Amino acid sequence: MQSKERMVGGSPEAIDLRRKVHIGEALIQGFLFVCGVISILTTLGIVFELGRESLGFFTRQVWENTDKTLATAVDPDSTELSLSRGGTGIQAGDLIRIENEIMRVETATGEVAIVVRGQQGTEAVAHPANTTLFRGRRVSLLEFFTGSKWNPQIGHFGILPLVTATLITSVIGMAVALPLGLSVGIYLSEYASDRARKILKPILEILAGIPTVVYGYFALTFITPLLRGVFGQNTVQIYNMASAGLAIGILILPLVSSMSEGALSAVPRSLREAAYAMGATRLEVAVKVVVPAALSGIEAAFILAMSRAVGETMVVAIAAGQGPNFTLNPFRSAETMTGHMVRISGGDLSYDSIDYNSIFAIGLLLFLITLSLNIISQRIVRRFREVYE
Amino acid sequence: MTIQQLSAPGLLPDQSSEFVNNLPSRYRLALFWQVAFLASTILGIVVLTALLFNIVNGAFGLAAVEVKVNPDSLAKEGVPIEDQSKEQLIQLLQETLKPAVYQRLDTEKPFDKRSRSEVYALVIDRVVEPKVMQTWPLFDSLVHRDEVLAEIAAKYPEAEVRFLSWINFKFLTTPQSSQAERAGVRTAILGSLWIISITIVVAFPVGVCAAIYLEEYARDNWINRLIRTNINNLAGVPSIIYGMLGLAIFVRALEPLTSGAAFGLVEDPTMANGRTILSAGLTLALLILPVIIINGQEAIRAVPTSLREAGLALGATRWQTVWAHVLPNALPGILTGTILAISRAIGETAPLVVVGASTFVIRDPSGPFSKFTALPIQIYQWTSRPQAEFRDIAAAAIIVLLALLLVLNVTAILLRNRYSRRL
Repeated sequence: MQSKERMVGGSPEAIDLRRKVHIGEALIQGFLFVCGVISILTTLGIVFELGRESLGFFTRQVWENTDKTLATAVDPDSTELSLSRGGTGIQAGDLIRIENEIMRVETATGEVAIVVRGQQGTEAVAHPANTTLFRGRRVSLLEFFTGSKWNPQIGHFGILPLVTATLITSVIGMAVALPLGLSVGIYLSEYASDRARKILKPILEILAGIPTVVYGYFALTFITPLLRGVFGQNTVQIYNMASAGLAIGILILPLVSSMSEGALSAVPRSLREAAYAMGATRLEVAVKVVVPAALSGIEAAFILAMSRAVGETMVVAIAAGQGPNFTLNPFRSAETMTGHMVRISGGDLSYDSIDYNSIFAIGLLLFLITLSLNIISQRIVRRFREVYE
Repeated sequence: MTIQQLSAPGLLPDQSSEFVNNLPSRYRLALFWQVAFLASTILGIVVLTALLFNIVNGAFGLAAVEVKVNPDSLAKEGVPIEDQSKEQLIQLLQETLKPAVYQRLDTEKPFDKRSRSEVYALVIDRVVEPKVMQTWPLFDSLVHRDEVLAEIAAKYPEAEVRFLSWINFKFLTTPQSSQAERAGVRTAILGSLWIISITIVVAFPVGVCAAIYLEEYARDNWINRLIRTNINNLAGVPSIIYGMLGLAIFVRALEPLTSGAAFGLVEDPTMANGRTILSAGLTLALLILPVIIINGQEAIRAVPTSLREAGLALGATRWQTVWAHVLPNALPGILTGTILAISRAIGETAPLVVVGASTFVIRDPSGPFSKFTALPIQIYQWTSRPQAEFRDIAAAAIIVLLALLLVLNVTAILLRNRYSRRL
């Protein structure tokens, strides 16, 4: 038997050329795949948590003071309330709260309301006269996007002041970073000698590596005094959006310059040489040939910079001021979306407070804004790659 | 087409007048813009200089220091306190300090075990109690020294003028305090190091594995395309959003795990709090994961295909090829990328604030389940205070943070140079 097998062993059929299943290999591949999937889980986690808590924000019962009081005391089993004059009117179907008891209004005529007592698991109890009535309501999307006051604690849910402050600081930042960053990019790619580039690029990298909290310190202790010196102490408040915006501009400048430099130097040499051969000056080559050819890369850089400016947190938290303020004057203090989120979550935040829900609603809006900016930027970059590869 | 036809009107510019005449103005414009481009670049450098100058300016400078008790009055039998023995100094402390304070100091570290210089420092700190009345930035202290001295003499006649460096050994080794003179960054540095170690332990293996998967294993199907786009999008999500994710998942949902209650480390389960070093480290790990993956992918992509083919041709399995050939060659790139990602994580402030950094921590962190503060948090809090002294120590803390980042970046560059030569 043995000798027979030996003989067969020499023949080609004995070598198994079929694909072997290595269990170890499959396990490793599975593990690596799981690591890759963690990124998707992160995104899902972000979307799920922001969505869930924001839903909690928009479906939450908030109690609004009606400035009405009970005209007479009520017993636990009485369903007729006589109310004081004035204040906000109460309509049929409203939920109202007196002390800790929640009631539903059946009919409301003038100063008399018929109610169903003890709603939502509360117990019907006696209430003395002159007790304040609260009307229950929900935060509507319309109110969220158009209201001009933000203070969830007392029932103001308009996000506009936070959005305008975010816009103002970002626009100032972009006004600084885009022209400067593009100029630096053009200089590095079209004018600078190799030696100059070798010195300048690390300097910009240093600027990009400095933590944002340091820029916040810089804005507050350097830019603000500078602005106050130039425009006057009375015009410029100690905390103001202008200085935060300028600091954001400096912060995103390296991003703009390095991305646009990359796009510019990816433009083929032949284009430049053709333009020079036609007698164009260096500026004309740079501005009329190279920049248009690299335009999509530059656009992508601009949009990414915008997303960074909107999401920037520490600079505005330190320098732009605390407390929402609906103003368009950049020298006034106002709180941005991110600044507000940091301030609110800085204290010991209780998990079922309206503040906790509200910062998630702001976070969701911020996430959607930056995500759409990033996606647009990537789309543009992809178009740009198709042209030159 | 002949030359005559080409030079017909409209086809080539009129060589004699228009074409030649606009040359000077075109050159002028070119020069102007060249200067403008250069000026922008220089402006960038000027801003960087201003930023660094501003920090150094705050961290050093002249200060007017007033003492509560004149040290000369503490001399015993003609021996000034500088020359008194340890026992005499302890006795002095016992006499002047409140018994409760003395007891507390004794329990922190028994007096018998303290060296003479430690006791002397305590006497200066607790009995003499120097208080900084006002500080002047470095620039004024050097350039307008005389004016500053005159101002001090007018405003604080009792005060002693000192050249103060807020950043010193004591600053690095003492914990947080409510007084700027006594505050230090010890707990903050330790907190930062703890958080970063957890971040590295989690993010590095996961990130590298994900990069290997995407570059070596992933076929071009929808799920892998989804992972790729998703990683690019995650890299652009503002850091504060990661903070909210950490707050909702690590701090709140996984509270039993992150507070240590599940491991029986919290005595009273109702007091369990997920705002711990572990939560912060995991949050930052999620934050830098996309950066590590993207850098890792680039490093792996740079390894020549011939190496893989050689390995596979010799009968090695896919994983054997990756482990023995691809990874060793991609390692310097991966390490550089990881270090850069970590230096980003060290400076991150917003997610830590949202995850719930404690405002005031005096005790050193004892493990992943203790409350935490970190260097950038400390800088943020000190900068937010209105008093000038706190701005000064914020500047000192910024110098510590920048030094830490510098060390990391230099390591990254050295690694890159050392290993890239071998390839």
